[in-house]
Amino acid sequence: MIEDTGRSRTRRTLSSTAKLLSALNLDGPLLVGLGFLSLYGLVILYSASGQSTVTVLRTLMRLALGAAAMLALTHASPNFLRRLSPWLYLAGVLLLLVVEVTGVIGKGAQRWLNLGIFRFQPSEIMKLAVPMLAAWYLHDRPLPPDWKSLLLVALIIFVPAGLVAIQPDLGTAALIAASGALLVLMAGLSLRLVLLLLLLGAGAAVGGWHFLHDYQRERVLTFLNPRTDPLGAGYHIIQSQIAIGSGGVFGKGWMNGSQAQLQFLPERSTDFIFAVVGEEFGLIGLLLLLALYLFIVSRSVWLAMQTNDTFSRLLALSIALTFFVYVFINAGMVSGLVPVVGVPLPLVSYGGSSVVTLLAGFGILMGLYSHRKLVGS
Amino acid sequence: MDPRVRIKDHWNEQRLFSQRTLGAFVVITVLVLTLIGRLVFLQVVRHDYYVELSQGNRVRLDPIPASRGLILDRNGGLLADNEPAYQLELIREQVPDLNDTIRRLVALRLIDPEEIEDIRRTIMSRRSFDSVPVRLRLTDEEIGRFAVHRFQFQGVDLATRQTRHYPYGRLAVHALGYVSAISGQDLENIDRAAYAGTTLIGKLGIESAYERALHGKNGFHEILVNAQGRSVQRQGAYAPELHSAPPIAGEDLVSSIDLATQQAGEDGLGDHRGAVVAIDPRNGDVLALVSKPGFDPAAFARGLSRSEYDSLANDMDKPLFNRALRGTYPSGSTIKPVIALAGLTNHVVDPAREEFCAGVFHLPHSALLFREGKSGRHGNVDLVQAIARSCDVYFFGLASTIGVDRIAAFMAPFGYGALTGIDISGEKPGVLPSPEWKMRTLKQAWYPGETVNLGIGQGYLLVTPLQLAHVAAELAERGKSFRPRLVTGIRRSDGSITPIPPVENPPIEGVSAADWNLVLRGMQGATGCNPVCGTAAGPFKGVAYAVAGKTGTAQVFTVSRSDKLTQQEPERLRDHAWFIAFAPVEAPRIAVAVLVENGGFGASAAAPIARKVMDAYLLRPDTPPPPDSAAAEGHAGD
Repeated sequence: MIEDTGRSRTRRTLSSTAKLLSALNLDGPLLVGLGFLSLYGLVILYSASGQSTVTVLRTLMRLALGAAAMLALTHASPNFLRRLSPWLYLAGVLLLLVVEVTGVIGKGAQRWLNLGIFRFQPSEIMKLAVPMLAAWYLHDRPLPPDWKSLLLVALIIFVPAGLVAIQPDLGTAALIAASGALLVLMAGLSLRLVLLLLLLGAGAAVGGWHFLHDYQRERVLTFLNPRTDPLGAGYHIIQSQIAIGSGGVFGKGWMNGSQAQLQFLPERSTDFIFAVVGEEFGLIGLLLLLALYLFIVSRSVWLAMQTNDTFSRLLALSIALTFFVYVFINAGMVSGLVPVVGVPLPLVSYGGSSVVTLLAGFGILMGLYSHRKLVGS
Repeated sequence: MDPRVRIKDHWNEQRLFSQRTLGAFVVITVLVLTLIGRLVFLQVVRHDYYVELSQGNRVRLDPIPASRGLILDRNGGLLADNEPAYQLELIREQVPDLNDTIRRLVALRLIDPEEIEDIRRTIMSRRSFDSVPVRLRLTDEEIGRFAVHRFQFQGVDLATRQTRHYPYGRLAVHALGYVSAISGQDLENIDRAAYAGTTLIGKLGIESAYERALHGKNGFHEILVNAQGRSVQRQGAYAPELHSAPPIAGEDLVSSIDLATQQAGEDGLGDHRGAVVAIDPRNGDVLALVSKPGFDPAAFARGLSRSEYDSLANDMDKPLFNRALRGTYPSGSTIKPVIALAGLTNHVVDPAREEFCAGVFHLPHSALLFREGKSGRHGNVDLVQAIARSCDVYFFGLASTIGVDRIAAFMAPFGYGALTGIDISGEKPGVLPSPEWKMRTLKQAWYPGETVNLGIGQGYLLVTPLQLAHVAAELAERGKSFRPRLVTGIRRSDGSITPIPPVENPPIEGVSAADWNLVLRGMQGATGCNPVCGTAAGPFKGVAYAVAGKTGTAQVFTVSRSDKLTQQEPERLRDHAWFIAFAPVEAPRIAVAVLVENGGFGASAAAPIARKVMDAYLLRPDTPPPPDSAAAEGHAGD
């Protein structure tokens, strides 16, 4: 045939795209989901940052960096990753210790490692290193794990989580712990034990109250009753609920949210950007955002289910579910469902190295999926 | 790991993963639904509530104070208006070097060096974009000095605000009242929202009584503000629609005050302590209301220092005290026309019968002696002469004959012991004594001697100058009277005047026309010499209209006969001088009461002031010449 019909041209384009994607070990639907989410994020960020082109460009740079990490990691085989796990973990813990000792003070907390050109949060490494090491440890052991394994995995989780918590960065510590805990849950942790742990956790929360920093206690207290301190610690929660609530179903329009644009909403382009979506795009905008997240999570879980070795499956599921935890904690804290902990809205909030870590995680996940047949079991 | 104990079962593991993944999806679904539920609650259920909160966040109401209504005299002359006051304001973020700027303002003598620290602290305590007043009440000279150097003071500028201005200064201050800064106590009585942006509120007098009308309605601008409170033009990419409402100016009040009459009263009293009240008997209009000493109302509008206020409040002469409304004094002989009417109406006196006024009165069945006052012996007098020449002995006997119960009952309708109901607040009722009153308040029986004293207005009887002006007006109108008032109408923005109708009191009944004639003839006799000169004949010599009047002397301190050397008494122990009058007799247009504290004799101290006031009102070029008094029938001729 000399002339192509439109349909066959489309089909050919699609098939050549599919070939390209598979050559790059990428998953089309997940990539599209991430792309749309990033685009949506940039649109919101432009408004939330007070129409700052610089902010948008910087975020684009970070996205590019993350995409590069993602592209590179898709080629990492499960075996390579498994072998890398202990070393990455060790390096991460070491860096955390370095931060503790010499870390630069940023926002009153020691979180950053200044590498001259850019600053970097070692805790970000642990978001991936913890589930990797846990998966590495559990992959050749019978599941559900026995007591001994559980204790060891608990150690793997709580050493870095503890180090991050004393920085103090409760949000990241919670996410690190969540990534490990979700992995253990997926590995078949007895539900009875989960219940017991929850009860113990509640007890520990009461006991641990004494070990919390004042500002952490305050956050919990103001979460329970924000009106007690409307201009102090409760201000964030009150203002973000006003932003979301006043947005209504259809929102006030892009770049027209008074709470966000007139700076009543604190941290509007970072931790509280979810409220900007709610204010300017309304319930519809938030449902669209949640739909995108749910699609990404579902696709990730589906990809994880397709892998056929324990290491891949545990790691992939942990990455997918931790992503959801991110979303839920951020959306929950902004809308007043959970206490305010510093968790960004993944791929939408401005700043931090989390964009790179998240995209790297999805790179690993896609790599695990595309290498699934290469693994003999 | 011992493979014999635990073998890795891949089929089992696969099933476990599937179960757990399914479980995870269930949990995710529940959590997402919870989240959506929360969002629906916030964005749909409580949407209106949060819209209101967000609106309250971003929009600030900037009040535009309404301009206060003017107060005019009855001829349209300005008694109170508004004028701009200038103050120096500074915006910190626009000032290049705050310390240097303050130093140069001191060098220009616009800031007192002693206030530098206070001013700096005030500036620093406010937000950097707030305009902070650093100096209030600039004089014209200071404005000029600043204007010349203005270009050197970036971020400093003159600001104006409206303040109250009284073109005649202290004139009629006790009638007009004054305005001053809203106090904490005021805040409890006003609608705070309505007063946002208002700095001054009426105190005393018309300014206070008509505060609602004068205040008007403040307008507002909606201002878009950001979280720091800074006014901004845009909200993100948009400039939202903002509302505003113009202020509605207060109503201009037309007062009953007649400038020339008021001025005559003020001038007449001069430096004496005392009060003058003039009323138009035909409608209750208060033509003049003077209380001396007065004070400068402008001082209150601009703000008094503590010491300035203390010196006013602690002044022995009580300049803040409104004597016209609140000063209570024995009426002295001004009561005699009313006692005479009481005797005539109760038919206990033959007006033509002459009594011998020997200068002393023996109370029957008693050893008490009542001496004539300071006017000496009068010889044989009938009722008319007794009033005209103010014979105490005649009225000692008359009062004793009528009896206190009948006197009190007769006097009450005249308004003795009761509020006149004037339209400004603070009025005192005085005291109309009676046996029942004495028993109630002093728990003592009434003595017959007290009835004798009441006949010449001494003892427990206490009246205010306003009350006596009201009584004079009642006498002028033969029992008809109106509630005294200081505001007669409201001037609309188009210049038209909506009058406030006068309120008529129930008339005094039971007094025959012949009795009124007799008593009024007596009062007219007091200001003339027919056939014998009355007590106030001197001051009214050559008067161009017919006047009826009555002098009075209220004892401050009982002096024995041997000490009766008036001029040597310490000034504050001297008697108070009274004079009440109305004119023209045939068609009265003005009724006056004059009180001169410690003025001594009513005829010499008070009557000349009353004449000045009546001259000012009745003999003005623009008022029609007084009709020929001889034409009026039923009244005694000159």
